[in-house]
Amino acid sequence: MLVPCPWCGEREDGEFKYGGAAGIAYPAQPEAASDTEWAGYIFHRPNPKGAFQERWYHSAGCRRWFALTRDTVTHRINP
Amino acid sequence: MLTEPSSHPDHLWRNPEPRRGYDVVIVGGGGHGLATAYYLAKNHGITNVAILERGWLAGGNVARNTTIIRSNYLWDESAAIYEQSLKLWEGLAQELDYDILFSQRGVLNLLHSVGDVREGLRRVNANRLNGIDAEWLSAEEVKAYCPIVNISEDVRYPVLGATLQRRGGIAKHDYVAWAYARAADAFGVDLVQNCEVTGFELSGRSVTGVQTSLGRIGAGKVALCAAGHSSVLAAMLGLELPIQSHPLQALVSELLEPVLECVVMSNAVHVYVSQAHKGELVMGAGIDPYNSYAQRGSPQVIEYQLAAALELFPIFSRAHVIRTWAGIVDVSPDASPIVGLTPIENLYLNCGWGTGGFKATPASGWVYAHTIANGSPHPLNAPFSLDRFSTGALIDEHGAAAVAH
Amino acid sequence: MRLASGGRIDRGRPIAFTFNDVPLEGFAGDTLASALLANDLRVVTHSITRGRPRGTFTAGIEEPNALVQVGPEPMLRATQVELVDGLGATGLKGRGRAMVTGDGARFDKRYAHCEVLVVGAGSHGTQAALDAAMRGDRVILMDEQNEMGGRSLSERSATSTASTLASLRSFTEVQLLSRTTAFGLYEQNLMLAAERRPDGQRLWQVRAKRVVLATGAHERPLVFANNDRPGVMLAGAVRTYLNRYAVVPGRRAVIFTNNDSTDRLLADLGAVGIEVAAVIDARAGEVVGDTEGDERGITGVIVGGQRIGCDFLCVSGGFNPTVHLFSQVGGRLRYDERLTGFVPDEGPANVTVVGRAAGDFKISVQPTWLIPSADGDYSNHFIDLERDVTVADLRRAVGTGMRSVEHVKRYTTIGTGSDQGKTAGINEAAIVGTLTGQPVGGVGTTTYRPPYVPVSFSLMAGRNRGDLFDPIRITAIHPWHVAHRARFENVGQWKRPSYFPRGDESMEAAVLRECRAAREGVGVMDVSTLGKIDIQGPDALTLLNRLYTNAFDTLPVGMCRYGLLCRADGMVFDDGVVMHLAQDHYLATTTTGGAAAVLDWFEEWLQTEWTDLRVRCTSVTDHWAAIAVVGPRSRDVIAALFPETAVDTRAFPFLAIREGETRGIPVRLHRITFSGELAYELWTPNWYGLALWELVMEAGKPLDIAPYGTEAMHVLRAEKGYIIVGQETDGTITPQDLGMSWIVSKKKDFVGKRSLRRPDTSRADRRQLVGLLPLDGGERLPEGAQLTLEPRNQPPVEMVGHVTSSYRSAALDRTFALALLKAGRDRIGQTVYAPLQDRIVAATVTEPIFWDRENIRRDS
Repeated sequence: MLVPCPWCGEREDGEFKYGGAAGIAYPAQPEAASDTEWAGYIFHRPNPKGAFQERWYHSAGCRRWFALTRDTVTHRINP
Repeated sequence: MLTEPSSHPDHLWRNPEPRRGYDVVIVGGGGHGLATAYYLAKNHGITNVAILERGWLAGGNVARNTTIIRSNYLWDESAAIYEQSLKLWEGLAQELDYDILFSQRGVLNLLHSVGDVREGLRRVNANRLNGIDAEWLSAEEVKAYCPIVNISEDVRYPVLGATLQRRGGIAKHDYVAWAYARAADAFGVDLVQNCEVTGFELSGRSVTGVQTSLGRIGAGKVALCAAGHSSVLAAMLGLELPIQSHPLQALVSELLEPVLECVVMSNAVHVYVSQAHKGELVMGAGIDPYNSYAQRGSPQVIEYQLAAALELFPIFSRAHVIRTWAGIVDVSPDASPIVGLTPIENLYLNCGWGTGGFKATPASGWVYAHTIANGSPHPLNAPFSLDRFSTGALIDEHGAAAVAH
Repeated sequence: MRLASGGRIDRGRPIAFTFNDVPLEGFAGDTLASALLANDLRVVTHSITRGRPRGTFTAGIEEPNALVQVGPEPMLRATQVELVDGLGATGLKGRGRAMVTGDGARFDKRYAHCEVLVVGAGSHGTQAALDAAMRGDRVILMDEQNEMGGRSLSERSATSTASTLASLRSFTEVQLLSRTTAFGLYEQNLMLAAERRPDGQRLWQVRAKRVVLATGAHERPLVFANNDRPGVMLAGAVRTYLNRYAVVPGRRAVIFTNNDSTDRLLADLGAVGIEVAAVIDARAGEVVGDTEGDERGITGVIVGGQRIGCDFLCVSGGFNPTVHLFSQVGGRLRYDERLTGFVPDEGPANVTVVGRAAGDFKISVQPTWLIPSADGDYSNHFIDLERDVTVADLRRAVGTGMRSVEHVKRYTTIGTGSDQGKTAGINEAAIVGTLTGQPVGGVGTTTYRPPYVPVSFSLMAGRNRGDLFDPIRITAIHPWHVAHRARFENVGQWKRPSYFPRGDESMEAAVLRECRAAREGVGVMDVSTLGKIDIQGPDALTLLNRLYTNAFDTLPVGMCRYGLLCRADGMVFDDGVVMHLAQDHYLATTTTGGAAAVLDWFEEWLQTEWTDLRVRCTSVTDHWAAIAVVGPRSRDVIAALFPETAVDTRAFPFLAIREGETRGIPVRLHRITFSGELAYELWTPNWYGLALWELVMEAGKPLDIAPYGTEAMHVLRAEKGYIIVGQETDGTITPQDLGMSWIVSKKKDFVGKRSLRRPDTSRADRRQLVGLLPLDGGERLPEGAQLTLEPRNQPPVEMVGHVTSSYRSAALDRTFALALLKAGRDRIGQTVYAPLQDRIVAATVTEPIFWDRENIRRDS
């Protein structure tokens, strides 16, 4: 799979580390979260069959993180 | 070892139209779903059951895994359920009257570093004290047990030893599924193929039916059992799961004269292999790291896996890959399954077996049937609840899973 | 039989070969299959299950019968094996032999980019390549055959393809790869192909802007009783043998067809005077109902109850476009009624299928999927020759209730052979359709998967063998270790000295001696492999505080502090020393194995979460060599090397950092210790590493300074109760479990803190770090031993923990261990048991520290 690094261009997926779902913010008030809410933050992630907003890390290249949207069925990327 | 496969039964299943409603609807007609239906009928007398399979029966992960069976997991909770499974395996062909080619030819887990050796010994000791057969082999003993393994010290990551479970082995995945299917069908369970669940019907806090590509089907209880689509189904219910779906690739070689008589797994160099009844080498590796429902992965995984295989087995150097494929594995944060209740009444969940579901097929069906029939978990699946992620009581089996995540 | 003239073989170069140890001759340009036919050897092998004699059926990669072993290589197709001098092949009955080989064949990989990749050098492929070349594109044209030209090679007379090829050769940006089989098409036009070379094979990985598939079509067999005898061959294959190899499989032919492609074969056979006893055309209502034969092959056919004698039978049931690569990459297929085959439908935007592969050919064909059996017995109507599967097997499969072609495949094993059912699949679909009342198009095909042809394990592995399997990392001081006969262990990708045996010392003796030296005199260890992360910026302190469990606000410039890292789930993940080098400038060390993961962790938080923090992290692991000088006499060595530096404990206290220089080598000194002794870690730029080590050895010589390795290091730190991440932790252990509440800040938040409050994570009876002293001070507990509260060696017995580290101690003159034990801190003083295979070892639970509790030696 070719992954479009915003800095380096399209590179093979083997050059990257996969970062899973994008947009999961560290909770502003961890101490205020219930155990269930906290478990949600640590463990629950979207896992869609279809468009997925995900993160990649160009570990063997520029070492920058970025997000894109990829279809998890066709693997087509529409950043 | 290489006699031709025994002949199959002449009748396997009916192809019924789905009825308007059932006491239990099982979503997913794979190995676990079929086993569940069988044990619901056999152990609990519950036969007004339908299995709804979106594709062809047993065409998901059960059709495409590398068929390794063992129970040598680390923690007491895991050891118990996988060992229960192994005991069921030992009587399964007779019980289902179907030669599933179950072969207890031994499973070697090779260890290549001092740290791995320590963890391997930890597991062997835990297995032994849990009544599970487990031995430690030195490198020389590995060579004696499996002569084609390369134990030379000149390789990049030499074999330092191995754990051995002699009662572990393989079985023919399709036949296992068909054996359960035939038996369930004989009890009157409807196996409905090409029937995709597209939604759920809820009334108050309970599920009351499913919407499908073949129409609405009422259900007293609904049991989700669809590896690779657990999150898709859960999302329809607004249920969040700690599951991520990844490709897991595997491959076979052409048929070869017998050369490998046991199963060999190597966590460190990421390859596991057996030689099937017919003669083909069946080989798997680590998951592809990205999320995917495509049932295909990157060729670099295959390249790396085969380099690892040749380091361990120089004798395979001129064998050929004749087919590669992939399944969709649902990976959980602790590499342990989720089997039990959900916040929704009469809705049950069985998922998260990741790369290790096949070996658990009989026990998964057994405990899931109990859970559904009683509305509460069997002692063996009680620890594998969905809420363990809130309490923190995870059952971390990344090491024993022996497949790179 | 070889014809006297014609063909593309080189009659000037005869080649000697053996088949099943029988010496034979052929010519350069022959395949093993053509050479065997030339020698009238029609029986190549016997079938896998039924043991029926079989001969070559096709002239190409779709061959299901003629499977051979050539040297160490199993299950090759005789139609693909090029005849070379000294070739020795044996027929295989469906299974090959895996063998170790030292034949020195080379397997390498090439990576290429181009605008247009064309697969198949027949008329359409070569034209597509030429069109692209003339536009100025970089073109790669691949063909599996040893000669380009595709079907033109099977024509009697020359075609335009030859001149197209000649034009292509004139373009510098065109690469022509013959003997190269494209076998896997992956996302975004990544094509994998196997090139056969004289000295081995080459794996091509080509990334093309556009892929053109000109892969042609495979001829289909007809399905009738006893359709598998030697001498029964695809009509197009007979024409290839005739025109390309000047070989004819017999002297008296019958042609059985359902389409008009066989007209040309009829003409070609006539042109060389081979008798065609009959042309049986299904379009005219005639069929071959059965064949007769003996051990050597076919002797006749039965048509309408009448026998017609022949010694070869040319069959043609139509053509299947070769759509495998298109389908692998997700292209959809549809059934074409006119062609009676599956053709490409929707596919990826940059993949084009042309020519016969796209269904672009004229044919008059009548679908003739199954010739009925005269007596209802279908057990000799073969569908999959390689798997010996017949129509009777298909009927049985359908009889079970199976309807899907995928089920039928698995029940019967059709299509699972090394030919992956290339001559069986479509017939299977059609017959299943007939049996279940579904149209062929509705039944569909089973999934196409890479590789299109069998691919050698060695080719996929390439050069990543031996030392190239994974990179080897060594420190600057490595040559010294090698020269001094150190034994090494793998720590991740690094080679680290494990111990330095003197004379013929055992490991145990060496480790005891090295430990004694470190505690009584001075030892030295190469610790360069530990991860080092440079952290600079106004928000460097903020970063440290957010990620480490402890706070660094009060760490002055010029001092070090131990730090612990947890993951968000509260589990210990790595540890190290944070060094405050200057204002807004820190350096954090990590474990050897965790360096990359820790840096990645820092970067993830900085780039995805805390983007407003002004701080930069840089890996400097390889920039610095690091040498630990350890022991009560270590100060003497430091004083000798750095006379300008004040080394008394008030001037240079524990955890302080000082700069120094020795013989022109710049060194930063850190008074930190992993052994619990007075110790100094000397850091110097990597290129000085070996020189500095040698200076240390020289300065320490009067004190009999002893180099020590990871084995001794493990013992020394364990005597102090210092954990090793990955040994005392396994991803399920919190700081509190390790007795390290002192390092968990109560004041600030850090990643992982909230998780420590969860019900299971805050239980009082979790597994906790303790020490163990076996009742027998000479008995060593094995690492990994499980612990129980009762002296019981078999189930049922409750396991309450395990031994994480266990050693023989020179300092204590006895054995000791560290362990994780349920509610361990409440069990200090109690006895626990380690049930082993053959005995039970009892041990007393202690605090996890055995040496210099007051840290007097460390702080001296």
